[in-house]
Amino acid sequence: MTALLVMVLTPLLGGLVLALVRPLALAGWFNLAVSLITLGSAAWLAWEVAAAGVIASTYFRVDAFNVYLVVLTAFVGVTTSIFSRPYMRHVCASGKISAVSMRIYHSMYQAFMLTMLVALTTDNLGVLWVAIEGATLATVLLVSLYRTPEAVEAAWKYFILCGVGIALALFGTVLTYFAAQHVIADPGAGLTWSVLYERAYELNPTVMRIAFVFLLVGYGTKVGLVPMHQWLPDAHSEGPTPMSAVLSGLLLNVALYAVVRLKMLVDGSLAGTTTPHLAGALLMGFGLVSFMVAGLFLHRQRDIKRMFSYSSIEHMGLMTFAFGLGGPLATFGALLHMLVHSLTKSAIFVTVGHATHIAGTQAIERIRGLIRTQPAVGWALLFGVVAIAGFPPFGVFTSEFLLLTATMQTQPWFTLALVSGLAIAFAGLFRQLHPMVYGAAPEGQQPVSANMLPVVIHLGLVLWLGLSIPDFLVIWLNRATELIAGAPVL
Amino acid sequence: MTQLPLLQQFVLLLAALALFLSFVLLAQARLVAAIHAFAWQGVLVAAVTLVVALAGNAHHLYFSAGLTLLLKGLLIPWMLHRLVRRLELSRHTELLRHPALVIMAAVLLVIFSYWLVEPMVAQGLAFTRNIVAVSLAVVLIGLLMMVFRQQAVAQVLGFMSMENGLFLAAVSATAGMPLVVELGVAFDVLVAMVLFGVFFFQIRASIDSLNVDRLNRLTEVEITPNAPLPKGGVNTPTATGASK
Repeated sequence: MTALLVMVLTPLLGGLVLALVRPLALAGWFNLAVSLITLGSAAWLAWEVAAAGVIASTYFRVDAFNVYLVVLTAFVGVTTSIFSRPYMRHVCASGKISAVSMRIYHSMYQAFMLTMLVALTTDNLGVLWVAIEGATLATVLLVSLYRTPEAVEAAWKYFILCGVGIALALFGTVLTYFAAQHVIADPGAGLTWSVLYERAYELNPTVMRIAFVFLLVGYGTKVGLVPMHQWLPDAHSEGPTPMSAVLSGLLLNVALYAVVRLKMLVDGSLAGTTTPHLAGALLMGFGLVSFMVAGLFLHRQRDIKRMFSYSSIEHMGLMTFAFGLGGPLATFGALLHMLVHSLTKSAIFVTVGHATHIAGTQAIERIRGLIRTQPAVGWALLFGVVAIAGFPPFGVFTSEFLLLTATMQTQPWFTLALVSGLAIAFAGLFRQLHPMVYGAAPEGQQPVSANMLPVVIHLGLVLWLGLSIPDFLVIWLNRATELIAGAPVL
Repeated sequence: MTQLPLLQQFVLLLAALALFLSFVLLAQARLVAAIHAFAWQGVLVAAVTLVVALAGNAHHLYFSAGLTLLLKGLLIPWMLHRLVRRLELSRHTELLRHPALVIMAAVLLVIFSYWLVEPMVAQGLAFTRNIVAVSLAVVLIGLLMMVFRQQAVAQVLGFMSMENGLFLAAVSATAGMPLVVELGVAFDVLVAMVLFGVFFFQIRASIDSLNVDRLNRLTEVEITPNAPLPKGGVNTPTATGASK
């Protein structure tokens, strides 16, 4: 319990203090220190959960499913703040943003971490909503940080679309509460996930069915599911790069986490009706469409960050599809995919940040010859894209292989769509990547000072996960699978 | 229809008035008048909360009614009013492009809401069904408003009236959410309002107008990164000069 409190209070206090810290160098280090303390307490929490199974109080509940996402969130928070410190100093030195903006940036960085951790650990569906809406509010000013017309437009789009989406999710939450009131006597417990889950079979299926549609559209907007994805490429491409890394690596995961938790409730409620797999079918549909559409859109991107944000949509679609498919194997694969996708994608965004500093632009056609100018960045980008495209020996291959196997077991025809989607995405990524990495470098292109440590750590972990998944992680994910799918995979 | 107790009928009346105000908001061309309509809608939602509190003897709802009145009836309209004055938009009017069509769409949304909650009638009371349908209609009309109005302040009004619909649903269908959640939602709405204010100035600084239809640099059809104009007749920036 203490670990949980420390973990939630650290970014809260850190965010408040960072709003006041003026010296830029100090703020960067302080941001890193706060993230490190958060990671430490997250690891401590994971230790406690591993021993106790579940830690629960009135408003919080940490089990195998969310604790691994908590650790992942805190971890990516640390590595991104390692990257962000010199990167944002470079941005600030180039005169793109003011000192006040930098204070907003650091403060909101921690506020975002706070909302992510609260959303993951809370047991209350209402608080979950508040935290996910809070994440939008914390990041929307960061998207418009550069104040260019494009950035302001992206931020406005992000604000409005996610605001609308999340409002629909609140309507779904109200309907869930409405259904709960007919079942659970204590009105204060009507939004508590664990209480609802125990009695899910009693919840009125008609109400829950309507509620789930609203919840899926609402939180699905934040996952970036097509056709509610419009905000995502804009917000990712116009915001500062560390923000793209945490949005892609963390926010999308947390939104998907919310969808999966709610699916568990709805599945319980609909179990006795004529359409027991309605929630799963909806997830599969949305997931597959996102997966295919994003893969096609990869081909026509001209902005490097936009391209990788479409790749995020593609992968979120794949995970959504897998969670919709259900069953232990698909669930295990999806959980693993969440992990490896976060690590790989944030590594890619960090590398892309350096690449855009080298080339001085985000336009793909003007980023050329990275390997010649700065081999570290070039190779990192190459390996990152190889990993995200699902090549062995990286971890993404393992999870995608598991997902394909699971699909073949239960819905063989969908395998065809998945394989062709993966091929389309692969082609889209590589045709853009090749000239960027190998092409002739423009005259006078200079290397920049780049801290590749986060990239090396992330890609190293992804490689390790591809070669052999450590035992403790297997046990961990297996427990989460048992929780979600009802049966362990091993 | 079954006979309803007097207080419930009163709640329905207030909710229906809130729905009516949604229509007013949708079609009101003058910005200041639209803000007033929004304030009255907030007051109505607060009144519904109060009546439900009286009827059900639920003490925490008194607090919630006060909160709604303060936030939706007074604070947010006041903030919007102040922003509009500082942005010198007090006399701004914005004509809807197809008013009759938009109103018809809103009517269809009301019918759709009733149709959607129809299956609930099997187990719910007539009272509940009505109120869920009305609040869903308020939410959806807010959404419609955000789609059809091009002016940033009007879009924010649509957003806030969606929130009103959500509050209405929470109060009347479920006798109020738990206090923590209600406070959290109120906090989020307030922060959102402050941020909207910040954005009004950022948008005006970047496109010299609050007509967000002109925010059209980021599309999937651009040819080169520097090409400012999207192709196609959908968002031709000159044709949509609905603002003055």
